[in-house]
Amino acid sequence: MTLAKWKVGIVSCSGEEIPEGTISRVATRLVLEKLRPDETVTICLPLFLAGGEGERTFAKLFPTITVDGCEKRCAEIGTEKYSGKPFATVVVSDVLKKCHNLVLKSRDKLSAEEWKFAEKVAAEIAKKVDEALSRQNEQLRSEKQ
Amino acid sequence: MPKDEYIVIIPCSGIGKSLGTIGRKATYKVVDELCPKNTRTTCLALLTMGDQETLKMIRENPCITIDGCPSKCAQKNVEASNGRLIKSFLVTDTLRNHRNLKPDGIIELNPEGCELANALAKEVAKAVDEIKEGKSL
Repeated sequence: MTLAKWKVGIVSCSGEEIPEGTISRVATRLVLEKLRPDETVTICLPLFLAGGEGERTFAKLFPTITVDGCEKRCAEIGTEKYSGKPFATVVVSDVLKKCHNLVLKSRDKLSAEEWKFAEKVAAEIAKKVDEALSRQNEQLRSEKQ
Repeated sequence: MPKDEYIVIIPCSGIGKSLGTIGRKATYKVVDELCPKNTRTTCLALLTMGDQETLKMIRENPCITIDGCPSKCAQKNVEASNGRLIKSFLVTDTLRNHRNLKPDGIIELNPEGCELANALAKEVAKAVDEIKEGKSL
């Protein structure tokens, strides 16, 4: 197995009901499409929870990062329940607390400020992806020695 | 339909495909613009996690699901949760009726994807009206 084959699974909550859920989704896609396209894949959460064997097998074998919109943490809890403990979790509402003046309003068309915030969340996810891959590579190196 | 009831529109999360975004966008079009007084949406993940409040909502109110692909996660989850499922939509069916449209993009849909979402939203809004009027679907 080569190091390049390692991927990190990003599991986003569906979050249809609240703007934070849309931020989770957009930030996840930004990581997949722009920030770390070669190192990441996504997993459809309801399919995963409903018993998609492919998804569950992936999450058992590879590190996952869960991205939740709110404190209910469906992605984190679901991943842990059906597969294994995620490598890391990003909760949008926690990141939002650090942006004192920002109020999320849109579930559909993000404002310029909301886009900027989604990019900030995406950067946090990308940082966790790098940490996960670094950890994997260290493990591989120690196994070879 | 009793006055205190509302229709719950539940799209799949569909994060891997344009068709998932179309279902989600159509849901917002119905809930926020076309039928804001009679409809609500909820998180599918909450339902799959067995959240009691969400289970109560889908068991006490009529539900419409919108799925992006034939895996039909939204429909299957509502059925498995004993929700009052009245009507299910599949984005690929709407696409079949609008073969000229070539949707693309997930974060941001292209104009044709938005057009398809609007067409689907109209179909869903029609179903909402029929449920309100007590017609069987």
